[in-house]
Amino acid sequence: MALMEVRDLEKTYQDEDVATRVLKGITLDISEGEFLAIMGPSGSGKSTLLHILGFLEKPSDGSYRFDDRTVDEYTEQEVARVRNKKFGFIFQSFNLLPRTTVLENVKLPLLYSGVREELWEEKAKQAIERVGLSHRLDFEPSQLSGGEKQRVAIARALVNDPQVIFADEPTGNLDSKSGELVMETIQRLHAGMGNTVILITHETYTAEYAQRIVRLYDGQVESDVKVANRRTGKAFVK
Amino acid sequence: MILKHTVRTALIGLKTNKSRSALTILGIVIGVTAIIVIVSLGEGAQSLILGQIQGLGSRVIGVVPGRIPKSPTDIVATLSASLTTRDLAALERKENVPHAEYIIPVVFGSETISYEGRTYRPTIFGGNEMMADVYDSYPERGRNVTADEVHNSAAVVILGYNVADKLAPNSDLLNQRVKIKGKNFLVIGIRAKMGSVTLINFDEMAMMPYTTAQQYVFGIRYYNRFIVRADKDENVISTVHDIQATLRQLHGITDPDKDDFSIQTQADALKTVGIVLTALTLFLAMVAAISLVVGGIGIMNIMLVSVTERTREIGLRKAIGATNRDILMQFLLEAVILTGVGGVIGILLGAGLSFAISLVIRNVFGLDWNFTFPLQAALLGIGVSSIIGLIFGLYPARTAAKKSPIEALRYE
Repeated sequence: MALMEVRDLEKTYQDEDVATRVLKGITLDISEGEFLAIMGPSGSGKSTLLHILGFLEKPSDGSYRFDDRTVDEYTEQEVARVRNKKFGFIFQSFNLLPRTTVLENVKLPLLYSGVREELWEEKAKQAIERVGLSHRLDFEPSQLSGGEKQRVAIARALVNDPQVIFADEPTGNLDSKSGELVMETIQRLHAGMGNTVILITHETYTAEYAQRIVRLYDGQVESDVKVANRRTGKAFVK
Repeated sequence: MILKHTVRTALIGLKTNKSRSALTILGIVIGVTAIIVIVSLGEGAQSLILGQIQGLGSRVIGVVPGRIPKSPTDIVATLSASLTTRDLAALERKENVPHAEYIIPVVFGSETISYEGRTYRPTIFGGNEMMADVYDSYPERGRNVTADEVHNSAAVVILGYNVADKLAPNSDLLNQRVKIKGKNFLVIGIRAKMGSVTLINFDEMAMMPYTTAQQYVFGIRYYNRFIVRADKDENVISTVHDIQATLRQLHGITDPDKDDFSIQTQADALKTVGIVLTALTLFLAMVAAISLVVGGIGIMNIMLVSVTERTREIGLRKAIGATNRDILMQFLLEAVILTGVGGVIGILLGAGLSFAISLVIRNVFGLDWNFTFPLQAALLGIGVSSIIGLIFGLYPARTAAKKSPIEALRYE
């Protein structure tokens, strides 16, 4: 059985009197441990789909089952809990807290997790080590390069050992070299820890790090293919 | 999320914006400081004045002409010539007022004194030989007036410290003659510098027999007041009644509402002064409290700016698992901590300021002023400012908590 079951999913935004239909019936299964890329041009609805899958938004119609429960069955408390324990988010614009050290930024999800405070430091340091930034613990975001910032964000997404990692255009604000390093980090983590990874991108180059590519066009699934020649992290150092 | 962590998150939020946090609480700090200073000074003034009234002794009864006006057209209230020699004689008779230990008839007013070309205009206080006793104001040098001098309208005067000093800065006035209204007065005593006692500044006063003052200085036949001292504390009330009965009979008054005199006792004076001062202090404290509300609005304003500015942070926190309640608590606590800290700073500042003022009053004005720390006002100050944080923080915090994570994350 699939970890995520999406059936005829619709999303309509009501902005004053204008209704915008962003998703027009998406059907999709995502299995545990899969590395999936969602592609599509601007306005195709890929970000909206990711937000719904990640419990950040609710669908207007259709159904979305996660862990064998439809999204409507989760209470507000449970939604927050799933976002905290089972999901990890990586955003295009990093969203690190300014004037806050790398270590404290990575600790942030633990604050809402119910994990005992004595373990926070250790868990955060482990996550930072996994993205290769142990030498930057006391740096603040303003002192880091774009690629480093995104790897801090990855560490933050990992700190609660999530089941699913959502990455929304993680390389969108990075130069190609840093982008590759970020993608290789994600790929290596997926290979090592077996999390489900859902990646959004509009670059085929980036999408080819994944095992499967779903292309959206105008709110509908255009194609859904396995990646024949996966890009692998040969440029990855350390 | 555990409260401890919420508090820490709020503190970090405040610390990253130190100068803004400091400016935000300024209104609260000023408000609480003002309340503390006003209440502390009010209590200080009250204990000073009450202490001085009590210094008169609880057996002292004052009889003053006129009555406390009951309406603007109450003319008798303004009459000042209603206490006469006939009244005095009647009150002095033992069968009328059996428990009167002594009676001091008093006249007073301002008049110019001159000595070798220098002049000064102090308050002339006319009494009898007991006046030094009731006010505990015996001359430092020289002597008090005698009963004979009172009886004979002797031209003698006791000068207060400042009066003597102004008239003859470089020579001793004791046993010299000074001129009042063209008549020579022998200076029989000079008092030590004593500052203000019982609300009367004896340093600025010249005392003489009331007979002399009536005859040679003011040219009047009536009295400005009688000071009666009862022989025992428990006889004060019966003495008041005896005085009232005697004077009403003499003045032909049957209706107590038409009295042309009034009687003041210790208890009355204490009560009146206490009520007036408490009311005044409360009123001023209320005015100061308004600044707390204004401070609260300032906090709400800044918190709203802060919430807007930190929209992305709110979105992120929600995306990584913060509940609406977590966000609400974070911003509410920031507001309460801000106002609470403002309250504490205000209390410390207010206490320091009141203490400094009390030092100035003691040392510069020579009053027996005691610094009191108004504990109740302090607790109220912290309480009220925290509640203001809660009230004015609620709206911004709710605004923050209601933000959808997606919109918050998209916010530029």
